[in-house]
Amino acid sequence: MLSHDALAALIRQAIPDAEVLVREFAAGGDHFQVEVVSPAFAGKSRVAQHQMVYAALRPHIDDGVIHALGLTTRTT
Amino acid sequence: MDATLKQTITELIAAHGVLLFMKGHKDAPQCGFSNQVVQILKHAGADFHTVNILDNEALRQGMKEFSNWPTFPQLYINGEFIGGCDIVTEMFQKNELQPLLDKARKAS
Repeated sequence: MLSHDALAALIRQAIPDAEVLVREFAAGGDHFQVEVVSPAFAGKSRVAQHQMVYAALRPHIDDGVIHALGLTTRTT
Repeated sequence: MDATLKQTITELIAAHGVLLFMKGHKDAPQCGFSNQVVQILKHAGADFHTVNILDNEALRQGMKEFSNWPTFPQLYINGEFIGGCDIVTEMFQKNELQPLLDKARKAS
């Protein structure tokens, strides 16, 4: 199980100025909807923005702690 | 990545103008995110090919590496990786997806 705070902390380790909003959207504690807002995303394609977030969470995606991840990224 | 696998992936992507790597099949999706992209593509009238990565573990891992993307679905249009469910949905809602689909090579 991964708490919302822990998930947000992982993202902020990779993207220090990010605002992170975490919601779960299905029972089971492993389906997350995450919104990340950071100026670090400026000028990057959506794919590149999401890749930055995935890089921070990759270990938990690989080990199945995060089964599903809905992701929205914005610069402001 | 194994050279044969990389060639398989490259050929698949080159062969289809609109290609979706997904869980399940276009007529029987096996995951909510994959289904959402299938429905968007059908709604947009796209001529698209799907590959079920649940059937092929080597391809599943290969696509994660090839796309630098850890999840499925993965949508390719004219050889370019467009993104997963969230990106495709946002692009569709902002009318950015339709122009790309209209320019796509027809499925063979």
